[in-house]
Amino acid sequence: MVGYTAIVLQVGAVVAGAPLLTGLMRQTRARLEGRAGAGVLQPWRDVRKLLRKEPITPVGTGPAFRWAPPLLVATSLVLAVLVPLVSTDTPVRARADLILVVSLLALGTLALALAGLDTGTAFGGMGASREMTIAALVEPTILVAVFALSIPAGSTNLPVIVAGAADQPARLTSPAGLLAIAALAVAVLAESGRLPVDNPSTHLELTMVHEAMVLEYAGPDLALVEFGAQLRLTVLLGLLASLFAPWGIATGASLTAVLLALLLVVLKVMVLGMALAAAEVFWAKLRLFRVPELLAGSFLLALLAVTASYFLGAEGGGAR
Amino acid sequence: MSLIPAALATATALGVAGVPAGLILPQRVRGALVGSLTAGVGVAGGTAGVAALGGGRFSASAPGLLPLAGAHFAVDALSGLFMAVAGAVVAAVAVYGIGYVAGHGSHGLGSRGAQAVLPLFALTLLLVPAAAAVSTFLLLWELMALTSLLLVLAEHRARPAVREAAVWYAVMTHLGLVLLLAGLSVYAAQAGGETFAALRSGSGAMSPTVRGLVFVLTATAFTSKAGLVPLHAWLPRAHPEAPSAVSALMSAAMVNLGVYGLVRVGFDLLGGGPAWWWLLVMAMGGLSAVYGILQAAMASDLKRLLAYSTSENMGLVVLGVGAAGLFAHAGDKALAGLVLAAALLHVVNHSAFKSLLFGAAGSVLRATGERNLDLLGGLRARMPITAGLFALGALGAVALPPGNGFVSEWLLLQSMIHGLAVPGVTTAIVLPLAVAVIALSAGLAAAVFVKALGVGFFARPRTAQAAAAQESPLLMLAGMALLAALCTALALVPGLLGDGLDRAVAAVGFAGMHPVSGGGLRVRLDEVSASLSPLWVVVALTVALGAVTAATRWASRRQRRRMNARLWDCGGGAPTPRMAYTATSFAEPLQRVFDDVLAPEQDVDVTPVRESAYLVERVAFRNRVPDRIEHRLYRPVLDFLAAAGQSARRLAGGSVHAYLGYGFFGLVALLVVLVVGW
Repeated sequence: MVGYTAIVLQVGAVVAGAPLLTGLMRQTRARLEGRAGAGVLQPWRDVRKLLRKEPITPVGTGPAFRWAPPLLVATSLVLAVLVPLVSTDTPVRARADLILVVSLLALGTLALALAGLDTGTAFGGMGASREMTIAALVEPTILVAVFALSIPAGSTNLPVIVAGAADQPARLTSPAGLLAIAALAVAVLAESGRLPVDNPSTHLELTMVHEAMVLEYAGPDLALVEFGAQLRLTVLLGLLASLFAPWGIATGASLTAVLLALLLVVLKVMVLGMALAAAEVFWAKLRLFRVPELLAGSFLLALLAVTASYFLGAEGGGAR
Repeated sequence: MSLIPAALATATALGVAGVPAGLILPQRVRGALVGSLTAGVGVAGGTAGVAALGGGRFSASAPGLLPLAGAHFAVDALSGLFMAVAGAVVAAVAVYGIGYVAGHGSHGLGSRGAQAVLPLFALTLLLVPAAAAVSTFLLLWELMALTSLLLVLAEHRARPAVREAAVWYAVMTHLGLVLLLAGLSVYAAQAGGETFAALRSGSGAMSPTVRGLVFVLTATAFTSKAGLVPLHAWLPRAHPEAPSAVSALMSAAMVNLGVYGLVRVGFDLLGGGPAWWWLLVMAMGGLSAVYGILQAAMASDLKRLLAYSTSENMGLVVLGVGAAGLFAHAGDKALAGLVLAAALLHVVNHSAFKSLLFGAAGSVLRATGERNLDLLGGLRARMPITAGLFALGALGAVALPPGNGFVSEWLLLQSMIHGLAVPGVTTAIVLPLAVAVIALSAGLAAAVFVKALGVGFFARPRTAQAAAAQESPLLMLAGMALLAALCTALALVPGLLGDGLDRAVAAVGFAGMHPVSGGGLRVRLDEVSASLSPLWVVVALTVALGAVTAATRWASRRQRRRMNARLWDCGGGAPTPRMAYTATSFAEPLQRVFDDVLAPEQDVDVTPVRESAYLVERVAFRNRVPDRIEHRLYRPVLDFLAAAGQSARRLAGGSVHAYLGYGFFGLVALLVVLVVGW
């Protein structure tokens, strides 16, 4: 029963908190840049405004365009259920496979890319082409980082990895753990479309990636697209927090522990989001064709993480 | 178990009966009858395969059937797996083929020759895995190559490119045959018998050098048949130029037999080997996976794209087979069984979605006469069922949930990740790279199929042909629907394969790990476990999708009516279809990223106006991504052969005197040799 409560709380927190996180990040950024900012609640006001507008179908678009936004949100919601943010002891713990999580993320990306091509405009195609290029190059980094993370735990099951790391914090400070963190952090930036890979607030054709794909959306559809992107960011930051700072996550069936874990994870994600927003003030967006270099670098880190984990792990812990 | 011989005999009878039927029958009924016979071959052969997967075994010898050696057949679960796959593909594609031929008239696939050969080709696809002696195997192998060659040639009157493709295919498949013949002859001579049983028992006593030689020769031939880089050159030529039904059969059933041969000879007959064999195999698999999908990403020709994707998928399968060999060599039979099961499962999945994709590509080709994605577009409104079926196949090919490709790639990734349990530095270095290769090829496959679906089927038509497209006839759709049902079943309930997969793996001496059961996949080894339930993923996604739609509807309940609006045109008037992204432009970023690997050739011709060098009159831009490996590897050989031929031409000057002289001197020389020699 506590397990179900944990899931409901987690999904509720992610759904309610995703726009707030974006609001918080924008506000942080605005303050650092010396602006007043629109307030933390602005993304929720945007969603409300957009939902009240009439739905619009651009001429010549088809089912892919119509169904991509709900599918994007649906994949993010399934992720919000699967990823252990609050508790590792949930009814879905056997299903929370890290490779599945990565694939569901990619499924959402793919749906939006198809929607971009479905419009048949230059912008849509451009965005789709760039997004798929980046997505293709991120994939090896993510999966090799997953490999590195799964070595000490002996499984790609997320709750097992997280619970193991919560038990033995030494795993996190080992060279392999640190390298994997670095690699995965870069991959998360790319997957969630943040600087320096993509600029979520740009509308310049030279720099747009995600925004170009979704340029034709308006009204409730746009609300879903934005909400989906916010959900993804929240889940990904939460995943990073759970993987690399799992302290406080509930591992048993205690309601107090779950509530405490919820509070902690909200704090952790807030800190991560504010740190990212602060960093983004100082980063410039990379040229599209410099992004592969960044990703190749992070791939190298992930590969090092695996080899380090193998060689150092064999000497030290004797886990294998 | 008398089911297997009965089914095989039925298949043979139907297949052989198809030859006179194709030759004699008038065009009106030819397609339907030959198609039905071919479908019968598929059903019967598939039944035999399923029976073998269910635990049935069969072996028979017919000493009188072939001169000298006699014919030997044996069916075990491994043969059964490949027969079941081939049978299912043949049956569905044959139904598709009836519709395909109906509108085509009497040339192409509907011609007498092609229709007579089609059932025979289908039959050889089913019988090759049943062969149990070197001579029987080689005979059927060659028959398969020849019949497929004739089918590739079916449309040679329509396009000159067909002939070139057929020449490439003929030469490469026969080079493969030569290698195979050499390898298996050496093997048979050393083992002292040519039946598989004799080879199996004789392999232990052979020297490592001979074993290595046999393995390298046969593996080269088998990987060439599987379309692996660098011996893939025939595949991206023959697949696009063959009629689509034949492409589907070749890509979904014939290339599998390369994998079958590799597994049969490498594991079953030779009984495994040293690590370098399998590292070599893994290297070829990995190279093919990445290179194949990169070339697919660059291809604008829909069928060429699918052909390169076959190279990629076979590369992944062979990567798994190589890993199985490596693990077995290290003594971890359980893990070897797991990764081999993953590879075989991927063979099954690939066959299902690739035959569906080739079928849909054939429908597009038939409706528009175009294979070039840059000239298509807008087909989802004109051919909705075909577009939906293509999307389903593409979902399988991108290896994302809830597609069927995801299931086997997940298992492959899991077995690679868990392979680190095998001690040794080799695995510690090779496996992360293998995971990276699988991941990169999956990521690029997503881009490839987004391109194929988004550019080819979505948006608006770019040409008049695409705008005039009409949905395919019912039988073609029915054939594809069968394959789509197969894809869906494999995606949702991989446990349908039951213990068959385990038996197939156990047939080559590895322990079955029961990775698939019921509605899910489960990996259990010492210390590690992982599970995946595709059905759960689908249900979860559907529930979430329903919740999202309902919530959005409720939130925007005051504005129910969807309005149509113009596309955003920057105030410049409605965008024309020419402004939409094409396949070439879609692939451009990837082409730039992989510039060093692909070595694209670009040409810009700027013609200025005569009066001023600064005013441009015309700009011509050409972009070509040649197959680099082909260019570097094959061109020198072809150039050498051409040069040798050219210099030999001097002997044939056209003078009858000279020719008579050659005859005279030749005869004299022969006589002198005879006199002196004897």
